[in-house]
Formats: sequence, C-alpha cells, structure tokens
Amino acid sequence: MATVLRERTRRPVAADPKRRPRNGRRRVRPNYLAGIGGFVWLGVIIIPIYYIVITSIGRQSDFYTGNPLLPSSNPTLDSYRAVLDNDFLLYLGNSVVVTVASVVVTVGVSLMAAYAIVRSRARMVRLTFSLFLLGLAIPLQATIIPLYYMIGQAHLYDTLLALILPSIAFAIPITVLILVNFIRDIPAELFESMRVDGASHWRLFISLVVPLSRPAITTVTLYNALNVWNGFLFPLVLTQSADKRVLPLSLWTFQGQFSINVPAILAAVVLSTLPIFVLYVLGRRQLVAGLTAGFGK
Amino acid sequence: MSRVKTESGAGASLRTGPSSWMVAPALAFFLIFAIVPLILAAVLSFTKWDGINPPAWTGLGNWTRTLSDPVTFQSLGLSFKVIIVSWLVQTPLSLLVGVFTAGRQRYRAVLAALYFLPLILSSAAIGIAFKALLDPNFGLSKAFGIPALAQDWLGNPQLVFYVVIFVIAWQFVPFHSLLYQAGTRQIPTSFYEAAELDGASRMQQFFHITLPQLRYTIVTSSTLMVVGSLTYFDVVYILTQGGPGYSTRLLPLDMYLTGFASSDMGDASVLAMLLVVIGLLLALGLTKLTGFSRMTSQQEGS
Repeated sequence: MATVLRERTRRPVAADPKRRPRNGRRRVRPNYLAGIGGFVWLGVIIIPIYYIVITSIGRQSDFYTGNPLLPSSNPTLDSYRAVLDNDFLLYLGNSVVVTVASVVVTVGVSLMAAYAIVRSRARMVRLTFSLFLLGLAIPLQATIIPLYYMIGQAHLYDTLLALILPSIAFAIPITVLILVNFIRDIPAELFESMRVDGASHWRLFISLVVPLSRPAITTVTLYNALNVWNGFLFPLVLTQSADKRVLPLSLWTFQGQFSINVPAILAAVVLSTLPIFVLYVLGRRQLVAGLTAGFGK
Repeated sequence: MSRVKTESGAGASLRTGPSSWMVAPALAFFLIFAIVPLILAAVLSFTKWDGINPPAWTGLGNWTRTLSDPVTFQSLGLSFKVIIVSWLVQTPLSLLVGVFTAGRQRYRAVLAALYFLPLILSSAAIGIAFKALLDPNFGLSKAFGIPALAQDWLGNPQLVFYVVIFVIAWQFVPFHSLLYQAGTRQIPTSFYEAAELDGASRMQQFFHITLPQLRYTIVTSSTLMVVGSLTYFDVVYILTQGGPGYSTRLLPLDMYLTGFASSDMGDASVLAMLLVVIGLLLALGLTKLTGFSRMTSQQEGS
C-alpha cells in the first residue's frame, strides 16, 4: 500500500516539468554537508576493513616496521596458506553443517507455524504467536547456563547438534514474525477457493503458501544464515574439542595460538568472512529487505 | 496427524483454519530450548553448581550473596550506562546515515552497500580486528603518526568504555541505519514538494517532515537497540575480557565469567535472572511501543 502511494505521488511530479516547484534550483542543489558526512562515515566503516585486508596480505616482519595502512611492498599469501593449513577447511565444514541444518529446520517449522498463525482461529495458535513475539526479547545469554546443563544431561555436549538445536529455537521468533507479515498479504480468496475445491490444509500449505512465500523464504534464509554463521557464544560454551570448532570460535583460538602473528590472524578473519561475503554480493537486496521486513511496519 | 477442531459458528466448514498442530514443531523447539532454560535458570539460581558435579540446593544464598556484591552493581550500572550512551551515540548516527542513504542518488546507493559491510562480519572477527587496530604500538596510532592517537585504548580504564561504545556502534549502526533508510523511503515525496513550495529550507524539512514521520521507526530502532544492549557480549569479551579491572564487565560478561571462568553457576544464574527480568521489562515496552501487539490484533480482520 505504502509503495503504491509513493509511486503515484512521485512519478507525475518528475515527469511534468510544469509541476516543479518554483524555486526548483533548491531541489537540484547538491547537499554538500550530507555528502561530506557520508564520506566521513565511509571512512569510519572502511578503514578497519581495509586494515584487515591490507594487513593480511602483508609480511609479518613488515608488520612491526611499516605503516599499517600502507600496502606491503611485496604482498604475500603466506598467511592465508598458514590458516588453510591449520584445519580451516574442517572449521568451514562445521560452520556449513551447523548453519545449513539450523536454517533448514528453522525455516521449515517456522513456515508451518506462520501459515497456521495467519489462517487459524484457534486460541492456542494466537497465544503461540504472542509467546514468539515475547521471545524476541529474551537475552540469549541468560539461557546459556541452563542450556549448558541441559545439553550435558542429554549427552550432546561437544557435538554439532548441541549448536544446532538452540540456534533453531532462538531463530524461530523473528523468522515466524517475518513470514507471518508476508503470508498475511496472500489474498484470503485464494485459500477459500482452493478449500471449496476440496484441498486439505497441507495441500494448501505445499502448493499455495510455500510457492507464494518464496521471497520471504529467501529473506529469512539469508538472515538466519548470517546469524548462525556468526554465532559465538553457543560454540564457546557448548563445544570443546578442536574437531567441533566453527569459524568464529576458530578465530578466537587462532588468536591465542598465533598471538604474535597478526597478519595470520587477520587472514583467518578474511577467510571466515569470505563465504558470507559471497552470499552478500549475490543476495544483497534480499538480505537488506530481510533485515528491515520484520520491524518495518 | 490428528486435526484439532477450530470451528467457531456457522459456515465453519469452509473457514476452519489449518490444524493447530502445524505450530507444534516450532513451539516445541522454542519451549524446550528457550523457555525451559529460562525456568531452569531460575531453579539453578537456588543451587550451588560448579558446572561438573550435580547441582546442590542452597536456597537463597546465591541471591543474597550476588545482590550484595559490589561487582554485581558495577556490572549492572555499566550495562545501564552502555544502554544510555550507545543509544545517544547510535540513534543520531543511524538516523543521519539512514536518511542520507534514502536519497536516490546513485553514489549514495554505492555508499550504502559499503556501509552495510560490518553486518556480515562476525563479532569475533570485529573484536579481533579492532584489537589489532587499537594496538598502541602497531595499530592505528602508527599509521597516522598523530601523538593523540598513541593511546593504550584498551588498557586505559577511563578510555576503554568509550572504545567499546565505539566498536559496538561500528557494528550496529549499519543495521539501524537500514531501518531508518526503509522508514525514510516510506515518506510520501508530496510532503517535501509542498514544503518546497512554502520555501522551507532543507534543515526545516528535516526537522518538520522527516523527523516526525520517522517517529515509529525511532521507537522501533530504539527499543531494539536498548534490548540489544543487554546482549553485548562477544565483542566485549574478545576486546577486553571485561578489563582492565572491572571497567568493561557488562552484566552478560559478568554472568559468563562468574559461571564459566569461576565455575560458580549458581551465582551466575542469579545474574542470568537479572538479565531476564530487565530484558522482559524492556520487552514489555517494546511490544507496547512498536505496535507488535497491534499487529496480532489485526489478525481479527484477516
């Protein structure tokens, strides 16, 4: 609705020169102050990132002598080689397993729940939605000690499943919220006409809700993948052995191991970010939409 | 799978909703791994537990001890200070960046894509990168050769709080500016055109159109920011481990260190309960102010 309104008011004005405001010069005058501010902020954002990249391809010996913001005179990928030789691929694999498993289950169960929440009139379902909304504000940290206890009691400590299960639980509220907002916009007539034709609710779910929600599904998939991929506390507390390590935690241990080799540590940082960076480049629009969708209304 | 009857009144056969069982898997995950732990945290707060041996009941001992420990109040106060100061820092910045990137100029779209980058870095990556960057000997200070920059940023108890605030802002302003960008784009351009005709300056337009129109976005962003402040852990843990001394030992960090570093899960559970209570109080404000509760009631009309 809001977009329709905006398009309608914007386009004719731009197309019809007569409707331009009289002091039209002000409209085209560039906003220098905002522009300068924008580039200052760019500096704040980019300098640390630039520093990470430039240091990671420098030599360790140069690190102590040269200017940290100037590119090395003879760049090297040695640090990357060192990181890759240190089980990086194993940690990458663990991260992929944890992320894919968490996201697939989260999106699957949340879709079902969101469909039921939008279409059901049962009180219990409404209450569930309220509970999920409240769940948005549960500080994840507050549950880490009991989770540690429960995971230990279930003999899941130091397994990847110990990371997957709570990650799903904490991703569900926001996922359901975003999906509910989306599914609510599917016209009720579509559901009703299929019901008249005798389709079951599972049938509706499979052949109506899932295909029509595809943009929202992409959105929550990317958003959750980002969160689970970058999770630090669960791996820190719920796993122990090196072969169960995920990437963010591997950075932490790598830092301990190579505390004097800053280029190597930063190469690990770059490598750990690379997969999600590729996702970002491929799906930026969806990711950005996803981050705002749940809260925008 | 059995079907739960949800009819209400006539014509129900057509209008019955889907089986309530469809919420069951999501609900089960959420109950078992989010709600049960909350209850269990309350139980554990009355026990003595080192994390290895079975917990032993101790009654109110943990509560009286933890609530009379000055470290608890130091952490609590620090957490509140972080909430306030990071709101004061992040909100104007996010607002300005958001409004700026909402502009249709092409260069702003390119900048917006770059502004977003911190969001794809993990907290661990951010913490480690800034730790290197802020090194008094080999970091930023050496790059610019400005003596004022040659500080022991993370070792100076007076400075370190603001360094943490800065790094957190660096990490989270991108997300909030996205919210403001989305909000600003919802404002009808006719408002600005009318203001132009009346001869309103850019400044006046900002304060009389943009800001009032963004009030719901401000509320949403602020509540998310405030509740989120209670969960700042990873970056601070990596940057400072709560130090030097107790100068950056925020409440979640205090809880983690008490529980997992000092093997005192009972006292740590008391701190966890404090987090929950404060979080839920703030959440109540969140649901009231941002209209999440209104959204649930909109369902009646669907």
